[in-house]
Amino acid sequence: MADGAPMKMVRARPRDLKTQPGFNQVAWFCIAALYAPIAVLVIFSFNDNRSVVLWTEFSLRWYISAFGNVGIQSAAIISFEVALVATIGATIFATMAALATTRTRPFRGLTLAYGIINQPLMVPEIVTAIATLSLFSIVKQATGITGIGYLMLAHTAFCIPFAYMPIRARLEDMTLSLEQAAADLYAPPMKVFRRVTLPLLMPGIMAGAMLAFVVSLDDVIITLMVAGPGETTLPIYILGAIRRGITPEINAVSTILVMISVLFVAQFFLVQRQARR
Amino acid sequence: MSVISETPADHATTQLRAAASAVRRRERRTRGILLAPALTTILLVSILPLSITLIYSFLKPGSYGGVEWSFSTEAYVQFLFERDIFEDTLAFHTAYLQIFGRSILLALVATLGALLLGFPTAYFIATKPREQRNLWLFLITLPFWTNLLIRTYAMLLIVRDEGVINIALMKLGLISEPLAILYTDKAVFIGLIYSYLPFMVLPLYASLEKLDFRLVEAAYDLYASRLKVLRRVIIPLAKPGIVAGCILVFIPGLGAYITPELLGGGKKLMIGNMIAIQVGSSRNWPFGSAAALILMSLVMVSLLIYARSSGREGHSDG
Repeated sequence: MADGAPMKMVRARPRDLKTQPGFNQVAWFCIAALYAPIAVLVIFSFNDNRSVVLWTEFSLRWYISAFGNVGIQSAAIISFEVALVATIGATIFATMAALATTRTRPFRGLTLAYGIINQPLMVPEIVTAIATLSLFSIVKQATGITGIGYLMLAHTAFCIPFAYMPIRARLEDMTLSLEQAAADLYAPPMKVFRRVTLPLLMPGIMAGAMLAFVVSLDDVIITLMVAGPGETTLPIYILGAIRRGITPEINAVSTILVMISVLFVAQFFLVQRQARR
Repeated sequence: MSVISETPADHATTQLRAAASAVRRRERRTRGILLAPALTTILLVSILPLSITLIYSFLKPGSYGGVEWSFSTEAYVQFLFERDIFEDTLAFHTAYLQIFGRSILLALVATLGALLLGFPTAYFIATKPREQRNLWLFLITLPFWTNLLIRTYAMLLIVRDEGVINIALMKLGLISEPLAILYTDKAVFIGLIYSYLPFMVLPLYASLEKLDFRLVEAAYDLYASRLKVLRRVIIPLAKPGIVAGCILVFIPGLGAYITPELLGGGKKLMIGNMIAIQVGSSRNWPFGSAAALILMSLVMVSLLIYARSSGREGHSDG
């Protein structure tokens, strides 16, 4: 703007209509700031030193010690078990619900159904957490049944809206013409579904499953409240470890967990992009 | 549709209607079967528990945790008053109100901070060539999908006394002793912005992407300055995105648990931590439930404000 040109009476139109002063700098700062902390965490997980701030030498010792840690091992197994069950349950339920809310004429109660499905997204997690805990303790007292099933059920519930979103989006993008053609050729409804709808829907289902898995794997608050003794998931283990004191081992476990999420989410975006083509 | 007199065609119509209603009935049944598992799970594990919370909030705390089944509004009274156990009088106290006030204030300030940072970021992405935008959006959303706890821990590594910021500033000789950021409201503020910035950028982008730059051009032609174009053209047109982004940051910020827990050191409480403490270590279920319900009402009110404002937007547009 100020390139030493003499002031004109009429303000010159900016050469580039779209730029606003300082906006690019702020944007670059934000993107850098979003990644810098994670980068620091990852870098110091490879540090051959107890310090999480002073770099000495590259080493995998914290990964080795993390893999050898029995607490981390069992937490990882529980995390995966819960995430797997929740993902399968939530994805199947969400697929069914998505079919019911898109492949029919609008019906009374449709808005209510949307509302119920999205409810876990609207209530603060801490509220859901203590509410679920109160229900589960009542049920546990009344029936005497304990176990990891409660945790899996809770995870399934809050994973449903995440699985539902991409599946519904995919269904809304799909035209009905192929299904109608199959029906015109006398394919029974189940066959139309199995041979036409389901294959076309598969990218959406995979995307939904990936989101559900990541969301379950990352959950802290609900798990913290609902999990019984011996049901420590990885995030809960990490939270406990941070409270006890910062060690590079936490960085190593965190890095692995971050990598898993990144891998899944990157996959999700790839699937979405392929589906759009 | 209206049948005036009895004709032979009438019979056929009746039959058709019967067939149509049979199809509709079957459709309804299929729909019911398909919806049942998802709705049942959420009703059972999310909505039913909320009703229990509502009931609990009107009960008395049990002596050994749990609840005593007698009606009481004590949990709500406790918010504003402290009961003197010897004289059974109520004295006004503001400890809990302060926690709510601080949570609302922190969430609001963090929302404002996220808006100031998020708006230029969203604008930056929206003015990139179309084929690049998805990549930029991906870069913004990716951190959101990584574990919030881990991101907060990463932020803790940055802001603590021996953290990256302080070490760097001390090495540069700008400060002689570390800035105390961790375990203050500043750290919680930074942590909240860091956690929820993607929520701000995405709806803002959705609005800005649709921005018609011919309007900007027209404004410049009419001798508007850059600032004026921003204030009078771009920002008003991006208003739906601004409102949506603010709501999306404010709501999780208000109910935040992990951020104040780790970065506030458990001393600078927000509502979320208070609820967890009441239910966990204090074992005061009615009070914890009441606090949870008040938090939820605050969230519902913000959603309502959002729904009304976006409804109005839609109305004036259409």
